[in-house]
Amino acid sequence: MSTRSTKAYCAAALLLGSVHAAHATDTRAVINHYADIAQAGYSDSLATAQLLQTAVRELVSKPGPKALLNAKVLWKAAREPYQQTEVYRFGNAYVDEWEGKVNAWPLDEGLIDYVSADYGTDSDENAFYTVNVVANAKLTASGKTMDAGNINDDLLRSLHEVDEVEANVATGYHAIEFLLWGQDLNGTDAGAGSRPWTDYASGTLCTGGSCDRRGAYLQAAADLLVADLKDVVLAWSQGGEARKALEGMSDTAALGAALTGMGSLSYGELAGERMRLGLMLHDPEEEHDCFSDNTHNSHYFDALGIENIYLGRYKRADGEVMTGPSLSQLVAKADADLDAQMRAALAKTLGAMSLLKHTADSGRMSYDQMLAEGNGEGNAIVQAAVDALVDQTRSIERIAKVLNAEGLTVEGSDSLDDPTKVFQ
Amino acid sequence: MPGERAAIPTRRRLRLAGGCVLAACALSTASPSAAALSAAERARILAPASEFTAPERWESLSGGTATNRKRFDREAFSLPSASLKFEDRAEFFVGNGLFRRLWVSSPSSTRSADGLGPLYNARACQRCHLKDGRGHPPASPDDSRVSLLLRLGVPNGTDEHMPEPVYGAQFQDLAVPGRDAEGHVEVTYTKRARFLSDGAQVELRMPHYRLTRLAYGTMDPATVVSPRIAPPMIGLGLLEAIAEKDLEARADPDDRDGDGISGRLPVVRSNAHGRRLAGRFGWRSEQPTIIDQTAAALAGDIGISSALMPAAFGDCTSAQPACRAGPHGDDEISDGFEASNEMLRAMEFYSQNLAVPARRDVAAPKVLRGKALFYDAGCIACHVPKHATRRDFPVKALAGQLIWPYTDLLLHDMGADLADRDLSGRVVDREWRTPPLWGLGLTRVVNGHMQLLHDGRARGLAEAILWHGGEARATRDRFAAMNRLDREALFAFLMSL
Repeated sequence: MSTRSTKAYCAAALLLGSVHAAHATDTRAVINHYADIAQAGYSDSLATAQLLQTAVRELVSKPGPKALLNAKVLWKAAREPYQQTEVYRFGNAYVDEWEGKVNAWPLDEGLIDYVSADYGTDSDENAFYTVNVVANAKLTASGKTMDAGNINDDLLRSLHEVDEVEANVATGYHAIEFLLWGQDLNGTDAGAGSRPWTDYASGTLCTGGSCDRRGAYLQAAADLLVADLKDVVLAWSQGGEARKALEGMSDTAALGAALTGMGSLSYGELAGERMRLGLMLHDPEEEHDCFSDNTHNSHYFDALGIENIYLGRYKRADGEVMTGPSLSQLVAKADADLDAQMRAALAKTLGAMSLLKHTADSGRMSYDQMLAEGNGEGNAIVQAAVDALVDQTRSIERIAKVLNAEGLTVEGSDSLDDPTKVFQ
Repeated sequence: MPGERAAIPTRRRLRLAGGCVLAACALSTASPSAAALSAAERARILAPASEFTAPERWESLSGGTATNRKRFDREAFSLPSASLKFEDRAEFFVGNGLFRRLWVSSPSSTRSADGLGPLYNARACQRCHLKDGRGHPPASPDDSRVSLLLRLGVPNGTDEHMPEPVYGAQFQDLAVPGRDAEGHVEVTYTKRARFLSDGAQVELRMPHYRLTRLAYGTMDPATVVSPRIAPPMIGLGLLEAIAEKDLEARADPDDRDGDGISGRLPVVRSNAHGRRLAGRFGWRSEQPTIIDQTAAALAGDIGISSALMPAAFGDCTSAQPACRAGPHGDDEISDGFEASNEMLRAMEFYSQNLAVPARRDVAAPKVLRGKALFYDAGCIACHVPKHATRRDFPVKALAGQLIWPYTDLLLHDMGADLADRDLSGRVVDREWRTPPLWGLGLTRVVNGHMQLLHDGRARGLAEAILWHGGEARATRDRFAAMNRLDREALFAFLMSL
């Protein structure tokens, strides 16, 4: 932060100081509603994950094509509320520390189950790259032997990020996704993973080997997901850790947390790592929900989550719409034009994301196909969403200044420009 | 670690101390702004502490405004500079994606990701830079060797050895299908005991490296084998942002001041700048800039070409013709190389902006006592606490910062025991760059171990200090003479970094 912007920030603080004092209660109401939406979003994530858990139980106990399809449908349904909660990352320490257990990505699927020979088996430095827990009751890698005879929560937890390799993802949505869909071997051509239901069959029908262990892994992963989601719901309930952390912050710090989440998800995570990187590399592996080809929905609901907390509105999994005091109202009081600008930017992003979603949902072109080299139309659809996200982040930065939000402008040892102030 | 975290200043306190509370704003607009620091002011700011009853101002913010004040868990080394704007965070996260990206062998359907090898040590940056932190030597003969690599060089009297004629500048123990890896590395240790003056005993382990199953014949016996652990990635951009003249000002290659500490700033080739610059990255300052280091690691460790290291065949030499002739991943979508300029820049930006974590417990009496001992023992002669970064550094988030890396970025003679040797066991390179100490105390949290020094031979702070020889001998002996309480205070200080 330059000295110039420090001063601009100071001037804004001076001008708006009295305004904010008068509306202190409004800000707190906005923050409380922000926490309420978190609680609702995670509760919906839990409820839909429990439906998935039940479907997984049915698939494992009575395997069949319908049972597999049902579990896949419910996995996709469970992603909808969860992706809308991603906006609570980055600004809330609790969520950041918790999140890796449920949504870590990308993963070296060879840790979990069989993979295509094209995956490569030789001489990889991730010793767990092709360990294949499903097939092996005893794991040997990195000079260590692990007993995997009993596939349960503890085993999965101990395998998660084993050897400090981040791609050793053993738990969460994407581990379950791989166990339901299998590898997507279609590259940038049409088609998702096509795991046969018989991978869960018993006796001679079993394909892929060790069907009972595969079922046990899937069940344990679904159970863990539910347990982890219960934790986060509790954390956002009255008296929970995440809600109390927010309540303990000053108004400006709490607004900062909310805006940091919106900005970081828009710009860094979504527009940057999840979208621009894939476009840059034209690589179908750079796809967030790569086994299921559900990335378009994953991106869309991320973007919707950002709009939710700005407008203070959330459509719950059962269709009920929650509304309440919003950041938008707060901004409108201070600068109506800026609020209009932000709403327009969010609408533009959702428009671009809707096009992306419908292009994929209609079966015309899946997200990984959009990334393909030489697919001008597909590349442009993704790029339009990236551009819109970038644009909305600029508005978020202006909002942070207008609301005097902390955390976006960095406090502290600003620079060596004014040593009399900084050093004593 | 809630107990440890409690000592970190809260946002509110930071604001009151230096930020913009209303009264202070008026002051800041009145004071002269953007004036360059006078030499006297600069000297006052960067002077070592002389008083140890309380922390220095801003001491907890090791990386200035870029400091990570959020997370002190396994992710403590993986956050972007706190001072990055959202716009720059996108670049950081693109770089992060590339950093963890698995490269594949050519030919492959994914043109932008192919080009691995043919010889390589790892398929992704992150496979060595585990959690952006510190690598480790193999724990057992079967353990992964991936975060340890061996450089090879035949001495030629300069700071940059000649590559070994057949095996090249690095020993790659992995190869793509159809090619032979260069061989296998075995590490064994001999143990020796050292007694501290109060009778306490510390066991040191001396590593020995054996290259076996050599696939391309014998090696030049003059070859120096240099084991290297992947160093932590934090704060690299801040170190790059220190002006070269500030490093030169501390260099004293002939020890003219007679303090027993020399300090040499090596000059090495920069492919990025097309001329020779001060070396400052790598255990022996082999690379002058982060982008040079990035390109060199892509080429040597993964076998990926770029505009700065254009050989598609990586480290394969002319004595390995099959390796040179194989398929490669250079193509027009990557600017004619395996890694495009855009990819190289994103990885550079990522590497520049991994934030240094804030100090914990700066005000604890034991930590302050340890700090005083660190100063008194003479550690700060090389582990220089404070530096200022350039105001004109192109990455604005890192410019004009007061930083606390605890290094002078100079090479020092560290004695024969730590030196790199040639295949006959003869001591060749005794000099090492003073490694930064920031983040040291979170090594165990991030990486689950405390294996220190360039080859990970030290299994904790005491061992690491006791390995110091050469110019650091007198300081090491002062440590060995400390009583238990003083040693513990010193460790408390180091663990707060």
